[in-house]
Amino acid sequence: MEYKPIKKVISGNYAAAYAAKDARVEVVAAYPITPQTSIIEKISEFLANGEVENLQYVPVESEHSAMAACIGASAAGARTFTATSAQGLALMHEMLHWASGARLPVVMVDVNRAMAPPWSVWDDQTDSLAQRDTGWMQFYAENNQEVYDGVLMAFKVAETVNLPAMIIESAFILSHTYDVVEMVPQELVDEFLPPRKPLYTLTDFDNPIAVGALGTPADYYEFRYKIEKAMAEARKVIKNVGKEFGERFGRDYSQMIELYRTEDADFVFMGLGSLMGTVKQAVDVLRSEGYKVGAAKVRWFRPFPKEELYELARHVEGIAVLDRNFSFGQEGILFNEAKGVLYNTDAHPAMKNYIVGLGGRDFTVDDVRKIAEDMKTIIECKKIDKEVEWYHLKR
Amino acid sequence: MNTLFGERKSNAKRIVFKSVDEYPEAPISLGTTLINFTGDWRTFIPVVNDEKCVKCYICWKFCPEPAIFIREDGYVSIDYDYCKGCGICANECPTRAITMVKEEK
Amino acid sequence: MEIPENVKRRLSLPFEENFYAGHTACQGCAAALGLRYVLKAYGKKAIFAIPACCSTIIAGPWPYSAFNAPLFHTAFETTGAVISGIEAALKAKGYKVKGEEGIMVVGWAGDGGTADIGLQALSGFLERGHDGLYIMYDNEAYMNTGIQRSSSTPYGAWTTNTPGGKKHFLERRHKKKVIDIVIAHKIPYAATASVAFPEDLMRKLKKAQRIPGPSFIQLFAPCPTGWRSPTDKSIELARLAVQTAYFPLFEYENGKYKINMPSTKKEPKPLEEFLKLQGRFKYMSKEDIEVLQKWVLMEWEELKKKAEVFG
Repeated sequence: MEYKPIKKVISGNYAAAYAAKDARVEVVAAYPITPQTSIIEKISEFLANGEVENLQYVPVESEHSAMAACIGASAAGARTFTATSAQGLALMHEMLHWASGARLPVVMVDVNRAMAPPWSVWDDQTDSLAQRDTGWMQFYAENNQEVYDGVLMAFKVAETVNLPAMIIESAFILSHTYDVVEMVPQELVDEFLPPRKPLYTLTDFDNPIAVGALGTPADYYEFRYKIEKAMAEARKVIKNVGKEFGERFGRDYSQMIELYRTEDADFVFMGLGSLMGTVKQAVDVLRSEGYKVGAAKVRWFRPFPKEELYELARHVEGIAVLDRNFSFGQEGILFNEAKGVLYNTDAHPAMKNYIVGLGGRDFTVDDVRKIAEDMKTIIECKKIDKEVEWYHLKR
Repeated sequence: MNTLFGERKSNAKRIVFKSVDEYPEAPISLGTTLINFTGDWRTFIPVVNDEKCVKCYICWKFCPEPAIFIREDGYVSIDYDYCKGCGICANECPTRAITMVKEEK
Repeated sequence: MEIPENVKRRLSLPFEENFYAGHTACQGCAAALGLRYVLKAYGKKAIFAIPACCSTIIAGPWPYSAFNAPLFHTAFETTGAVISGIEAALKAKGYKVKGEEGIMVVGWAGDGGTADIGLQALSGFLERGHDGLYIMYDNEAYMNTGIQRSSSTPYGAWTTNTPGGKKHFLERRHKKKVIDIVIAHKIPYAATASVAFPEDLMRKLKKAQRIPGPSFIQLFAPCPTGWRSPTDKSIELARLAVQTAYFPLFEYENGKYKINMPSTKKEPKPLEEFLKLQGRFKYMSKEDIEVLQKWVLMEWEELKKKAEVFG
């Protein structure tokens, strides 16, 4: 069957809902939190209209219970999905560890939102990055299309390596902004994503198993290694699935870091998610003015694309790392991890961390230009004035 | 013959892995606790007097392990591999057919 | 290896064992006995979810299981949520849940994991109407972590964080009535049970299997280690608890209260008969015992009135 996309003008949240529907998800357990709510509302609408077969929706009483219910459902063999944001994600933290430890391919959309206090509902990456140690794969969407595509791919990757995955989109910038999204007809989704074959299931009554019992120091270590091994395997699977996606549906995701006009760049801007859309725009403007710059959009933060970063870093003189997040007492998280990856290699471009847009402060093409000017000076003078710049700070 | 666990008990094997490749992908169980003979926990050991036993099976009913099994002839036997010597059977027996005796090791 | 049919017929409980010995429950542990009973009632076609509690350990360390049924170990506060998820998955996949041929989804949690940290998830499970069973085995403290008080710990009980001391004992709060909280959700079936009356428990387990919707059973399970009682007295204590009306046996079914035998037989025995077998109550003075006795009788009167009005 030839791929004829179904085009709709929808929000990032709705894209997530449609993708979960198209993935034939079986159990959704979720709790409302701004700005995730319309994902779950849309799914409930599908249910009420009879548009989804075999879907059980569980309106749980907290995010912690949402993840617990998803884990129970996944352990019983179902394909599960949930969504949350900021405080809700933080509340789920204990159970995020549980999902990966139990090797369950739960898929979740996190709407990047700032952590309180002060209360904020706006775009900020700290919430998802603070969960980077939990054994979940992380995919950052630049636009609504990537939210849709990301959810579909996440199910396939997660169910192949038996690790949970989260697709991350920006609060309001993506979640509530309408854009054209090309969706895949159900039959073609079914070809791309067949029914789940669980690693184990609680419904095997002939050979009943106990899952997750006490693991003494004699055994615990090996199970943790298995998780890391799966993460390493995931790098290959992600690239293959991304390639397959491109072959089937015309949008290739085989690169874990999407490179935009970086071939002859002097320096590049590196970052996660929707802010890279702004950066790409700025790159075009800067190029037209004679700058030789590019954008490196990190799609997958976990597993971290070490090889791709090294390949990029070898060929540029500078990387301006844009972090819409911060790890207090340290520095921007992407910056910190990228530096760490390159330390033992021979690639040491000038790297500076720009902390931008926390709590949804607007990040514009003009900001990128100013950062470009700063990076240019750094490279010319071969000196970094300071490693971490709180770029948006009112002084 | 132990009517409680019979074959399952004899088939139970201790599982020790030497290499990470032997481990299952996820922490799922591979055997049963029947490999663990808790009989060495005992200080006191229950002794059944068949002459006093009226086959009420109250002891069988209340054993938490369970370590009491019913024989073909209808009387009860204690599986001393597992019996922890808690004494519930002796305490509950209506005819005092079971007595707890200090065990000589 | 089978026993003769005429012997099997005389047994008041199913013969099949689905709980394996060799587990590391303490000597005289009523929680282990409770597990043995539940596994007898439902056989292999039950999926269990167990949070952090003594049963986590009793169920066997990896790679061994004490259960001949599937079991999912989960985080402390999540029992109600995990069984909700399992039930949803079974329904999504077209399995029959509850009923004669159906799969039982059973959450088995201690009093700490239910009355305190697990209360929210329990409430969610009950309120949403999932077809499952939640069993709270009540040994009246956080036993697995070394005998700390829970909201289910009675007035006057020693625990490690409400110890007796030179000044006075610390546990002056009365036992939280979880069963009343559960009944406030107006679920189709809730009941109390005691390991000393396994036939009654079995009947209630079968009822929970038949009646659609969320079911709840609070199972009284003495703990010799935490209660400082002799290991051979666990069943006797579970019996005395009922006979003194400290832990009456009753059912709440479709809005009606029914008190079960033997609680209705005669006047409750004096509470002291129950207390004196347990070291945890040794710090109580005569006045303290009177306070607890009064509480027991007051709760008993309330229950009797409920059975009268909503019987």
